[in-house]
Amino acid sequence: MFSNFDFSVIPPSLPYIWQGLVFSFRLTVTAMLGGIIIGTLLALARLSGGKALGFAAKTYVDLMRSVPLLMMILWFFLLAPFFMKITPETSALITFTLFQAAFYSEIMRAGIQSIPRGQINAGFAIGMSYWQTMGNVVLPQAFRNMVPVLLTQTFILFQDTSLVYAIGATDLLKAADNTGKLYGRTVEMYIFVSLIYFAICFSLSMFVKYMNKRIAIIR
Amino acid sequence: MNYQWNWGVFFETIPSGDVTYLTWIIHGLGWTVAISLCAWIIALSLGSIVGTLRTAQHRGLALIGHAWVEFFRNVPILLQLFLWFFVVPELLPHDLSMWVKQDMPAKEFITSVLALGLFTSARVAEQVRAGIQSLSRGQRNAGLALGFTQTQTYRYVLLPMAFRIIIPPLTSEFMNAFKNSGVAYAVGVWEMVFVSRQMVEETGGQVIESLIVPTVLYIICSYAANLLMGVIERRSHVPGFIVAK
Repeated sequence: MFSNFDFSVIPPSLPYIWQGLVFSFRLTVTAMLGGIIIGTLLALARLSGGKALGFAAKTYVDLMRSVPLLMMILWFFLLAPFFMKITPETSALITFTLFQAAFYSEIMRAGIQSIPRGQINAGFAIGMSYWQTMGNVVLPQAFRNMVPVLLTQTFILFQDTSLVYAIGATDLLKAADNTGKLYGRTVEMYIFVSLIYFAICFSLSMFVKYMNKRIAIIR
Repeated sequence: MNYQWNWGVFFETIPSGDVTYLTWIIHGLGWTVAISLCAWIIALSLGSIVGTLRTAQHRGLALIGHAWVEFFRNVPILLQLFLWFFVVPELLPHDLSMWVKQDMPAKEFITSVLALGLFTSARVAEQVRAGIQSLSRGQRNAGLALGFTQTQTYRYVLLPMAFRIIIPPLTSEFMNAFKNSGVAYAVGVWEMVFVSRQMVEETGGQVIESLIVPTVLYIICSYAANLLMGVIERRSHVPGFIVAK
């Protein structure tokens, strides 16, 4: 079955694949941190009661959620050169952060809404402002409740980083693709990176399950 | 910003044929919808079977279901598409392999549907499993107590309830499949992402014009599918359960 396969191309291409993997991770972590921060702000904007602010946040979130990530990657990458010089990598980092913010914001909104209304009133009652109540009372609990869901979203985000293939940024998949084409051995390289993706995603999903159990016990 | 607007571009003909760009985009929409719907049929049927297997009393069956889900869920869709398109034909017996590589009709379309369908089936299976497990234990026992076999219990008691409960998450899985169908551009299916990329190149950089129509079409389709599923959800809602207005 694998008789005409030549897996000896893998060792020499490892350093390059490693670079690709590092970029995939960098993209995941940047988009996760940036996405959670912007997403939380978006969620707070929607729940703040301000009409214009809430509407703007809702429009942004709905727009991002109904357009494929692939289209967003193209939009940003193709439009950005009219304003500035940009590499595919930087373009990917910005697009992913802005795009993921919409998804994290929905998670944070659910998290915030899962906190009993009485806690917010209690915060107001002891004289805290809206932002103080959110920052000191509501958000710490919301984050903790939503850890498994935030991680699940990150799991999806990590898989989606492979879509930067479309603009030629060198992530794990693109690195494998490039070396595969260089040696004329794309088939072997695809099998190899599939195993890497599988190992990473499988461990991440195990971790999510573990967190789920831990959180469930705390409650 | 020195962007040259040209909204007339939609009515110009494409270099490689005699249709206008607008017609080309509409064809792209057709392929996008075709891939998503065909993949959804695969995903829903296989996903239901696998999701049901995961809740089965039989250890072996449950394990098969579990393996299926882990296998198709942990590799990115784009890479799975490459695996089906480039790798699987190499693993087939020689004659079949040659046929797939050279003569198979609509190879790009079929591989995309298969890849997207199987990828989505793992996610559907998880929802089906969650739906079945959300039912109280008494329902299964009641079915068995009535003298139903395991299969009958699933067919008449558990699945009809489970499916009605999981309509909302299934809707978002369909949306995901619809949006994920864009990866088919990578093996050369002329769906909307492919068309917009080509259009940017062939019009010499009319980026906004090339991307805006497919983007709006994606939004309209998502919205329409959401409305439709909302109707189905209300029609099929289980009395006594909370339903979204």
